[in-house]
Amino acid sequence: MLVLRRFLIEFGAYLLLMKEAFRKPQNMHIFKRQMLHEMDALGVKSIPIVCVISIFIGAAVVIQMILNLDSPIYPSWIYGFASRKSLVLEFAPTVISLILAGKCASMIASEIGSQRISEQIDAMEVMGVNTANYLILPKIFACLVFFPLLIILSIFIGLIGGGVGGLINGLSTFHYIEGLRMEFAVYDIVYAIVKTALNAIVISSIAAFRGYTMKGGSVEVGIQSTKAVVQSSAIIMLLNLLMTNLFF
Amino acid sequence: MVELVNVSKSFDGRQILKNVNIKFAQGKCNLIIGLSGSGKTVLMKTLVGLHKPDYGDVLYDGKAFNKMSASGQIDVRKYIGMVFQAGALFDSMTIEENVMYPIRMFQKTSYPKMLERVNFSLERVNLKGVNKMMPSELSGGMKKRVAIARAIAAKPKYLFCDEPNSGLDPQTSILIDELIYDITHEYNITTIINTHDMNSVVEIGEQIYYLHKGELWWQGDNENVLNSDNKELNDFVFCTALTKKIKQQSEKK
Repeated sequence: MLVLRRFLIEFGAYLLLMKEAFRKPQNMHIFKRQMLHEMDALGVKSIPIVCVISIFIGAAVVIQMILNLDSPIYPSWIYGFASRKSLVLEFAPTVISLILAGKCASMIASEIGSQRISEQIDAMEVMGVNTANYLILPKIFACLVFFPLLIILSIFIGLIGGGVGGLINGLSTFHYIEGLRMEFAVYDIVYAIVKTALNAIVISSIAAFRGYTMKGGSVEVGIQSTKAVVQSSAIIMLLNLLMTNLFF
Repeated sequence: MVELVNVSKSFDGRQILKNVNIKFAQGKCNLIIGLSGSGKTVLMKTLVGLHKPDYGDVLYDGKAFNKMSASGQIDVRKYIGMVFQAGALFDSMTIEENVMYPIRMFQKTSYPKMLERVNFSLERVNLKGVNKMMPSELSGGMKKRVAIARAIAAKPKYLFCDEPNSGLDPQTSILIDELIYDITHEYNITTIINTHDMNSVVEIGEQIYYLHKGELWWQGDNENVLNSDNKELNDFVFCTALTKKIKQQSEKK
């Protein structure tokens, strides 16, 4: 009962904070500048890790397909087809979102949390700044815009990695590409983008909430950053389950 | 004019401020003094709207600040400058960006004019050529001066300083006190300072309010703070070896 009560209090506080964050920015010029800055910090700087993870996941998925579907009854395009489905629908949007939760949620929570404990947020509030809007909204928008682009990049890199993994294990590039093109559905890509957009909101808003409502000292920064990663990862997995059930 | 009317504030059932009534002197240096834990910082945060009073009102020019709408509060806050205990400079911004921040956020002014105002504010606090430095590159005293420059950049009517000379050496403390005093009179600002520095009390305390366990215990000026018969105030004022000695000497005379 106590846990439920605590959850409801926190959820209420989260909704109230989001209500404040989703207001019209006080200075649109500064908002745009902040958003570009956040896109660079949260998006562009995540490109290397996304590429590295994607290439290995892509290769591992294709190798697993070759090893587990090793039967003459399966057509040769099945490996490319199944790998594409796995990468587009699950691995890229969910696994990369989890990676981004680890990188970006901790970054957002610790950045806002440090500003909270060093009274920088108080200083802004005294000046009349809507700090929830100023600090949180550019981060949410930056993630919302950039994470889907990262997922598209991840799918692309993952499929290249899969091709390399397949080639090493004797799968011809022709058959692999034939499988990739087989019954291609734009719906799958749209689904991946929508799922990633929701994940982006979850990651950025939960992390911002954790940082913004932080109390205490530097130890708390670490605790809240960890909470931000754990909670956003759990909600990403829950959303993944719900969306898979709803849309397929 | 800034006024507190019957202000009370509690945290988790512990009452920090008890029915505080203060009318701060306009255009003067108002000092709030008291022991650590007496409620000075809570009082100041209540004054600037970071805490909402449980009871009572905070009045700015006769209007209840704590009962205003968000946009009404923003209008008042444009005239508030605050110097935090640790400076609270934005550590990801340069000194120039820090000082420019309140102007850039709320005033539609061209960049050269903003820069002119930033340079003026920095020069006023005797800091030249630090525009492109980061806060981490400055000493404690310089950070305080940048915080003062940021607070006066947007031409405030009210200046709040939370222990502006804590952690500073005596000479730098005196410089900061003098700077705050001069700025107050030069621009006719109502300044409210939290301090437990006795030198500040004697030097710039035009109006002094002594808080004791969350209550306003005594009020007066720097002339009569040393001659009060209030026991708690005397315990606070004459607790250091230096002030004790001064008192003994004056009693001998």
